[in-house]
Amino acid sequence: MTSTSTSTMLSLASASLTASLSVHENLKGRLKLGGGSLSFNKEKANPFIKTKSFSRISMVAAIKVSRFEGVTMAPPDPILGVSEAFKADNDQKKLNLGVGAYRTEELQPYVLNVVKKAENLMVERGENKEYLPIEGLAAFNKVTAELLFGASNPVIKEQRVATVQGLSGTGSLRLAAALIERYFPGAKVLISSPTWGNHKNIFNDARVPWSEYRYYDPKTVGLDFDGMIADIKAAPEGSFVLLHGCAHNPTGIDPTPEQWEKIADVIQEKNHIPFFDVAYQGFASGSLDADAGSVRLFAARGMELLVAQSYSKNLGLYAERIGAINVVCTSADAATRVKSQLKRLARPMYSNPPIHGAKIVANVVGDPTLFNEWKAEMEMMAGRIKNVRQKLYDSLTAKDKSGKDWSFILKQIGMFSFTGLNKAQSDNMTNKWHVYMTKDGRISLAGLSLAKCEYLADAIIDSYHNVS
Amino acid sequence: MAFRAVMSRRVTNRSSDIGARWMSTWWGNVEPAAKDPILGVTEAFLADPSPSKVNVGVGAYRDDNGKPVVLECVREAERRIAGHSNMEYLPMGGSVKMVEETLKLAYGENSEFIKDKRIAAVQSLSGTGACRLFADFQKRFRPDSQIYIPVPTWANHHNIWRDAQVPQRTFHYYLPETRGLDFASLMDDIKNAPNGSFFLLHACAHNPTGVDPTEEQWREMSYQFKAKGHFAFFDMAYQGFASGDPERDAKSIRIFLEDGHLIGIAQSYAKNMGLYGQRVGCLSVLCEDEKQAVAVKSQLQQLARPMYSNPPLHGALIVSTILGDPELKNLWLKEVKVMADRIIGMRTALRENLEKLGSPLSWEHITNQIGMFCYSGLTPEQVDRLTSEFHIYLTRNGRISMAGITTGNVGYLANAINEVSKSA
Repeated sequence: MTSTSTSTMLSLASASLTASLSVHENLKGRLKLGGGSLSFNKEKANPFIKTKSFSRISMVAAIKVSRFEGVTMAPPDPILGVSEAFKADNDQKKLNLGVGAYRTEELQPYVLNVVKKAENLMVERGENKEYLPIEGLAAFNKVTAELLFGASNPVIKEQRVATVQGLSGTGSLRLAAALIERYFPGAKVLISSPTWGNHKNIFNDARVPWSEYRYYDPKTVGLDFDGMIADIKAAPEGSFVLLHGCAHNPTGIDPTPEQWEKIADVIQEKNHIPFFDVAYQGFASGSLDADAGSVRLFAARGMELLVAQSYSKNLGLYAERIGAINVVCTSADAATRVKSQLKRLARPMYSNPPIHGAKIVANVVGDPTLFNEWKAEMEMMAGRIKNVRQKLYDSLTAKDKSGKDWSFILKQIGMFSFTGLNKAQSDNMTNKWHVYMTKDGRISLAGLSLAKCEYLADAIIDSYHNVS
Repeated sequence: MAFRAVMSRRVTNRSSDIGARWMSTWWGNVEPAAKDPILGVTEAFLADPSPSKVNVGVGAYRDDNGKPVVLECVREAERRIAGHSNMEYLPMGGSVKMVEETLKLAYGENSEFIKDKRIAAVQSLSGTGACRLFADFQKRFRPDSQIYIPVPTWANHHNIWRDAQVPQRTFHYYLPETRGLDFASLMDDIKNAPNGSFFLLHACAHNPTGVDPTEEQWREMSYQFKAKGHFAFFDMAYQGFASGDPERDAKSIRIFLEDGHLIGIAQSYAKNMGLYGQRVGCLSVLCEDEKQAVAVKSQLQQLARPMYSNPPLHGALIVSTILGDPELKNLWLKEVKVMADRIIGMRTALRENLEKLGSPLSWEHITNQIGMFCYSGLTPEQVDRLTSEFHIYLTRNGRISMAGITTGNVGYLANAINEVSKSA
């Protein structure tokens, strides 16, 4: 509506103080005001009279200005925004190496066969959809803790783990953050530099202070181990140290077993609490047990720890939002109390968690046949990623005559690779080559096919050498 | 393999001496949380071995055999989507299709606001998640505001706005003497609140009282809201479930929309589609124009991202499958009416039974009230007697979940209520 017609409408309105209903109906809902207040009439109408009088018009005018005038547009999410940009690109050669969602060699999404089987089973059984308890599905909580620690682990046998189903990794991290805020006010969380982009948002919104520890060394495209240890040592006693259990996101760089030992040493020395984010169990090496090694190492030392889990990647259940927060305590009594408080935090967030994903996990892990099938499918997925890494490395070394060492591609593990490309170079990848990735230089190998490795190698070499 | 060997060697050397050092715990100051007053009732019920036990606690629908119900339209939708080929993350704002259909239910099939794209809307974790997102949004963008909450209300409302750190005030709602609406005090509270206050309103089937304003009373409230410039946030958890007719149950919202209010709405499919455990709902905020709606939606997504990244798919797929298919939608409307009618029938039966027993008290309110709950007017002590003597489980505020009443147990329930209340 233009301003001239607005003023026309206004003059119409004021001319028709005792107007028929029809003028009012026309104005209703379409009167857009530039911001100044308008009053057509100062007379008071009896509020209990049912006639639709002119006073309604002034009221409509008065409340058109929103309470939320000052709300500005939020920036696009740096990770999820990449997929949106990719969708909008019409170039044939485009490649989406943004979000970490597994793709087949044909670059199609993949629903695991065990998941389809579990879903069909669930439909056949016709189970009800009643509310889960606040802590989630008991069968799921049992299998998820066992998967993480091993069923015969003392922490499980002694019932020292408080496990609460959460909304995948994000939701589980958020519950833990809320617990920290409530029971350790002022305590800091140390997060790796870099880390998954949403970690900071989670702690910010939960009002938990955080600081970074050195992690990625651009010179070696590897781990800055000394920096990491120094920063953990320098932090105030009793800080929470956020560690990626396996397949570090975004770098793909994991500590070696010896390095994990030293990390545990310094954490114990400083009385810190280890806080693991395990989003890729099984997806990193292909083995569920091996990928839980770091967590089990810490638990075996008798340490209390927090562990957030996700089944988004390893069971392909991205959209069902299924995960868990586990708190390992020194006593079963403490675990019971902690669990009750986690529930108290979840209730005003979403009351109780969604049932569907939990049932799928419980069915797959709880059935020996399905569990074995799952392990095979996971080895297949992890295997495809390893093959792609090899092919990319081979293409890069064959095409790049500068002698640069590309072996970090093989040393890194999991879905992601930190290419070492800076923001400008990453932009070049997108603008010139239609390769979509995040600005920190992270590529998701899950979105790469063997067929596209050569093209990607060309893009990386060009961006690395010709753009600064 | 090598990693594992290294691990086991290290573990045996170190665990014994280190373990001893760690008998103390980080969690010494963590007290056990109080049991949730509502969900705790069901836990106690399940633990009771008595064969005549009755659960009229939690608000989940039961059929006349006391069994949970999965609607036929839901089963059919599930058959269609089982083993489907896509589990990719939903966008942060959830399923677009589901949100579109959900807005039509609240705002009207042909709503001009939908056409003009003036509604910022995101899929939410059922009603709880919608309220929480709104509370967080309110805190972030109107940090000086507070929320007026009716007395009484669903207990979790207090938890939600408290954890979002939005200060709470209350307004009069229930009048114990009449077991009805305290309309005069309610209107006073609206008038006395500072201009531009935020109010939480139950769109229909007030929880826990079952007491709803009449259409006339809604119109008066709307008028007074305009005079004061208040913001109306509607929690609509029972659309279709109250009267059996979704359009009718949305009347309060439509009145406010007609009067030009820019409102917010939390919607849930937990009860009216029986999707309790799926956690599917929607938060919407009506804005001045499309541009503002886009901005507000982006900020709602920004709040959701560090809470759960994006909402669960399954329930949303069920909803959009049903509402997007005219046949399934009609089936749903029929099934919702069946549920609502059964509840209305049980209200009548309970009241008649009590009157037949010659109870000296008035039980009119049972049939005056609407929706899943009835505020019986029983005292906590009388409730305790119902539980300890008769194995009847309900919350101590005297709230009875009508959905737990069947033709099989209504006589027993009436008798028990009469026993504990006849000397009152």
